[in-house]
Amino acid sequence: MSARNSTRTTTPATRLGLTLVSAFALIALIGPFFVGDPTAFVAAPLQAPSAAHWLGTTGQGQDVLAQTVVGARTTLLVGALVGAVVVAIGALTGATAAFLGGAVDAALTWIINVSLVMPGLPLMVVIAAWLPPGPVTMAAVLALTGWPWHARVVRAQVLSIRSRDFVSACIVSGEPTWRIVVVEILPNLASLLGSAFIGATLYAIGAQVGLEFLGLGDLSGVSWGTNLYWATNDSALLVGAWWTFVPTGVCVAGVGFGLSLLGFALDARANPRLRVSGASGPGPQPTPVRRGDD
Amino acid sequence: MGPLIQLGRRLGLYALAAWVALTLNFLLPRLMPGDPAQALYARFQGRIEPAALDSLRVTLGLSDAPLATQYVLYLQQLAHGELGTSLVYFPEPVSAVIGTGLGWTVFLAGGALVVSFLLGSTIGALAAWRRGGWLDTVAPPLLSFLGAFPYFWMAMAAAWGLGFELGWFPVRHAYGPEVQAGATLEFVASALRHALLPGATMVVASLGGWVLTMRNAMLVVLGDDPIRYAQARGLPPGRIFLHYAIRNALLPSLTSFGMAIGFVVSGALLTEIVFAYPGQGYLLLQAVRGQDYPLLQGLFLTITLAVLGANAVVDALIIALDPRART
Repeated sequence: MSARNSTRTTTPATRLGLTLVSAFALIALIGPFFVGDPTAFVAAPLQAPSAAHWLGTTGQGQDVLAQTVVGARTTLLVGALVGAVVVAIGALTGATAAFLGGAVDAALTWIINVSLVMPGLPLMVVIAAWLPPGPVTMAAVLALTGWPWHARVVRAQVLSIRSRDFVSACIVSGEPTWRIVVVEILPNLASLLGSAFIGATLYAIGAQVGLEFLGLGDLSGVSWGTNLYWATNDSALLVGAWWTFVPTGVCVAGVGFGLSLLGFALDARANPRLRVSGASGPGPQPTPVRRGDD
Repeated sequence: MGPLIQLGRRLGLYALAAWVALTLNFLLPRLMPGDPAQALYARFQGRIEPAALDSLRVTLGLSDAPLATQYVLYLQQLAHGELGTSLVYFPEPVSAVIGTGLGWTVFLAGGALVVSFLLGSTIGALAAWRRGGWLDTVAPPLLSFLGAFPYFWMAMAAAWGLGFELGWFPVRHAYGPEVQAGATLEFVASALRHALLPGATMVVASLGGWVLTMRNAMLVVLGDDPIRYAQARGLPPGRIFLHYAIRNALLPSLTSFGMAIGFVVSGALLTEIVFAYPGQGYLLLQAVRGQDYPLLQGLFLTITLAVLGANAVVDALIIALDPRART
């Protein structure tokens, strides 16, 4: 990262992030049309990669490449949907708390803080265990545990915007509260929400893969988490069948790394101190969005 | 606000969270749609001992008593440490099953957390201090990349590569079959050797966060007036680094320490499964596989309460150590 970056140029890291994320999005969108049925028994179990099966076969004689590609669709779809839902719940709760203030704020802040200190995985496991397995259960469990952090960040930000003149003007001119929050305040949070969406998607993918690895996903479906579940269940490690878990892991990490790079780029845009070294290079100053934290 | 009031507020928050966890644990089986409890009960009927069946009834909330009465009974049982009987490990009570695994998880997760925090914060501080140097160029992107792998996948890769293929490390259990559990040197050595690989994978997976937090905090601190003043006074760089920069930049990392406890414990749970490490995570897997609901809920409760307790201790320490936290 050079010290002379303006807000307009993209760094190589950002380009790498964009490339990784778009590549996996493309695989998830059209990839499944080019591979066979991922659950079909196509060859002897635990075959090493070969010309017929580029990434080998699983312990149940399924094609690893097909499973990885089809798994991308399930995992990324749930990840992005949950990411959006999580940010929406967080933004609405945070904005409501900050805007209404008083008893509502106090109550919502308590709820946010209590949810924040609860360790996520045990809670997700115990809820998921009671619900019928499937994508809907998975999405609901992830959304339920993922929102409080975003609510806290949005609340702090809205508190600072709320005290500005244009919001006071709206209040005086009698705009309804919901309209002020949705139309006047939330658009000012665009870059913050973008970064939150990336973080939430990252979280949703990671947590989903973890829960499915535990066996709490839909085991008849194909996703990255269930791929890893079957890899351990079929004792792939004991027979050295690295091809059953390496492709999926590399995909999870590739998407995760790409999303983190995009997140860093958005953060650097919002927080000039991380981007420009010391007092050199004045450069164009983007709108400071993190001013209200104190 | 005085530090005591602040401490009281934080502890109040954790007490409230603990109560929410207790109540959730009580309500979940009773409020789930479609009455899965009834179905489960029917499934286990005739397959397990009558005593276990009774215990299952209580845990699942299959009782005609009013909810409030059940709640009081539930709290009374908890106060006596009664969590029901495990189905997988029948006839062991859940509390005994959990007790055997708790120490291993605390050992593994706690060790990994402390090593990762110290190592990551040091790397982050050094990277910011020599901004643009080789450490600053290599460490953050490399560790972010490694951090993108799921904890348990890291564990699988390490177990396969360093364990099975190269045979450098033991890859299963917490200590070897040749030693007896006890306060002997052989046992401690064996336990450390078995914890090395799972612990190392957790450190590698979580290091990136500490590096970035510390690096960013250091960059802000290094641009501030006290550092420039110290430089203008001609203080040796090493002294500025240790006494002026690090001490001021440590607060954000310390604040994330509390939150990291939850993450690391979650990571440890999944890592344990890969290494068949006999802690809470391994029990969790047994509970999920065997649909052992009493054990599952007992695990949820103990893990949550342990994390909340650790958080409370960390918060109290931060308030005691750093005057800026007392706002």
